[in-house]
Amino acid sequence: MNYFSLYNLPEQFEVDLDKLKQNYQTLQKMTHPDRFASASDQQKRLTMQKNAQVNDGYTVLKSPISRAEHLLQLRGLELASEQETVGNVEFLMQQMEWRESLEDANDVASLQLLAQQSDDDIQVQTQALSALLATQTDEDNKTAAEKLREMKFLFKFKSEIESKLDGLDA
Amino acid sequence: MALLQIAEPGQSAAPHQRKIGVGIDLGTTNSLVSTVKSGEANTLADEFGQHLLPSVVQYSKESVVVGSKALAASNTDPVNTIVSVKRFMGRSLKDVTAHWQNLPYQFKADSQNPVFQTAGGVVNPVQVSSQILSALKERAEASLADEITGAVITVPAYFDDAQRQGTKDAAQLAGINVLRLLNEPTAAAIAYGLDSKEEGVIAVYDLGGGTFDISVLRLNKGVFEVLATGGNSALGGDDFDHALVEHVINELKLDIEIQKRYHRDLMNAAKQTKQNLTDAESSEFVVDLADGQQLNLNITKDTFNQVIDSLVASTIVACKRTLKDADVTIDEVNNIVMVGGSTRVPVVREKVAAFFNKTPLTSIDPDKVVAVGAGIQADILVGNKPDSDMLLLDVLPLSLGLETMGGLVEKIIPRNTTIPVAKAQEFTTFKDGQTAMMVHVLQGERELVDDCRSLAKFTLQGLPPMTAGAAHIRVTFQVDADGLLNVTAMEKSTGVQAEIQVKPSYGLEETEIMEMLKSSMQNAKQDMQARMHKEQQVEASRVLEAMYSALAEDGNELLSEAERKVIDDALNQLAQDAQHADTETIKKSIENVDQLTQDFAARRMDKSIQLALSGQSVDDI
Repeated sequence: MNYFSLYNLPEQFEVDLDKLKQNYQTLQKMTHPDRFASASDQQKRLTMQKNAQVNDGYTVLKSPISRAEHLLQLRGLELASEQETVGNVEFLMQQMEWRESLEDANDVASLQLLAQQSDDDIQVQTQALSALLATQTDEDNKTAAEKLREMKFLFKFKSEIESKLDGLDA
Repeated sequence: MALLQIAEPGQSAAPHQRKIGVGIDLGTTNSLVSTVKSGEANTLADEFGQHLLPSVVQYSKESVVVGSKALAASNTDPVNTIVSVKRFMGRSLKDVTAHWQNLPYQFKADSQNPVFQTAGGVVNPVQVSSQILSALKERAEASLADEITGAVITVPAYFDDAQRQGTKDAAQLAGINVLRLLNEPTAAAIAYGLDSKEEGVIAVYDLGGGTFDISVLRLNKGVFEVLATGGNSALGGDDFDHALVEHVINELKLDIEIQKRYHRDLMNAAKQTKQNLTDAESSEFVVDLADGQQLNLNITKDTFNQVIDSLVASTIVACKRTLKDADVTIDEVNNIVMVGGSTRVPVVREKVAAFFNKTPLTSIDPDKVVAVGAGIQADILVGNKPDSDMLLLDVLPLSLGLETMGGLVEKIIPRNTTIPVAKAQEFTTFKDGQTAMMVHVLQGERELVDDCRSLAKFTLQGLPPMTAGAAHIRVTFQVDADGLLNVTAMEKSTGVQAEIQVKPSYGLEETEIMEMLKSSMQNAKQDMQARMHKEQQVEASRVLEAMYSALAEDGNELLSEAERKVIDDALNQLAQDAQHADTETIKKSIENVDQLTQDFAARRMDKSIQLALSGQSVDDI
């Protein structure tokens, strides 16, 4: 399933989010089961499947991580099923350092500082990812996949900071 | 928006064929039925002018009584009078008795599910609920002097799969065509949104007799989007009564004999006191004893507020968590809609107002607002308003997951995912030559199997024997618009469709439902057959109507001549069978058309989507 073509959007990493949202609403109005409550069973089944695709497509295209993953998958690189791990030693070292800082951070201010740091890093990495995905060469696609694996670490780290912040909040 | 109609051939009902859709609020304490008449949704009253039907069923030797009469009997005949049955729906007996002690019922000992032993026979929660639904259906048909086409039935947003399935089973048992199971807070928002043309973020705080829901919705151009839901399916106004009874028991040092014997009287006195304290500063808690003496305790509003303080506070914690799930701050919430009789308790309103920093809306009767919303939705779903722009996007209330090694749960579909949704997961075998595999489906947020709700265990059978790890079994979990789960599985390398036996952990199996359905009818066999025959005829005409209009629109463009002929022949056959053939033949004939037109239907869908989206980009320029 190509979610870019379902949403009538160019098959690229940069997505017009307003357009995505607008098309989401149009597709919802066309495929939602409520529109077919008195239709035949076949029509109900078909539209439910289509509507589930519309929902999944929206989730996938909305987030940069899953969008990049979908794009790579369309280019023949499956990330979900592979067992490969991050090979960039420098990156891993830095991650370990950050994790130690997270363990030590026990007040709102230092956690927010960490959150800011990881936000900045995510932004830098996202730009790098975008550039790599734009060239469409095999080489860059592979590097993009590597980058994406790293970014998953970053997002996980970010959510750990947030849940620790929530813990302080409660 | 003319383009959109291309995809909706099923809704081309002629204007004179106005169908009747009703909304049903199947509540813990009271139930209601509503419908749209002359453009306005209203709840329907019984012959005595009462709108609320107490959700109480009495099973005596001679008869089954539903509503006020049953409620009146709950004091004198507690064992045979089932109150608040909604709490038992889709739950195990262990869940139920762990949560509510001192229940007056006689449960069947050898059953995992709660089964009531009454003077009128052995009944389960689905059967009890179906009695309530039947009473509402009868009321609607008497009041409207017509047969109803279908119903939208509301459920708490937090209901899990077993609880939803139980509700749907009860409706089937009552002979009601369920158009949709609708979340109660969403229904309230529909009633409210259409009345006041509200836009923006709305929090719906719904505290009923036995359940608490908090939902955060975004309303935009007729689209209701549930951003998040939370709550507690075992907390409500009845718990206020329980807490007050506990307080009285402690203050008056009542022994266990008195507690047991006067359980229902104590609960009723608590309810009365609670209601009095809505307007008064203090009230007498009074229970008459058989020996002529009287239990009496003065309860002030402050005391009552203290007694229920932790219960109200726990609802506020849930509000906070749900706002976070919705990624919405308190300031962004434009309005708070209050639903459920328990929101009449002043301290509840005060605490909610303090938390949201806004006065909650209470203009629509909190007892009726859910039913009214359901009625509006039912009117749309039966096809009376084909031009309506309204659309509900609902979410899965609790995560769905699978048991993995070591009793852990792996989440497959996270909560708050927009439904319908389909997700696939791949499994492999761990032994050479393995031909079967056990899958355990759970619902909940916790990591351990024991902390989640067990939904179903099923066995994948007939796998081709291969070496360990060679088989790739793709299991697809599909949640429909009612929030109900369906599972299919397939071995990928060979394409073998594995056989699935879904065994619901709580609730009833399909065969049990059919059994109950049969035994609930007099002259079971003929009635069943007549009903099924009629259903197949209706389905046949629905299929024909849809196909004729589809062919008229797209037949020439999307079908080759040969393809067209195959479809035309099948349709002619179906038209004949629908008139003259037996039930089974009509069914086969429908399946045949279904099979032959699948590609055509898919092509039409894709065409209309492309048209709509490209049409929109033209508008953008």
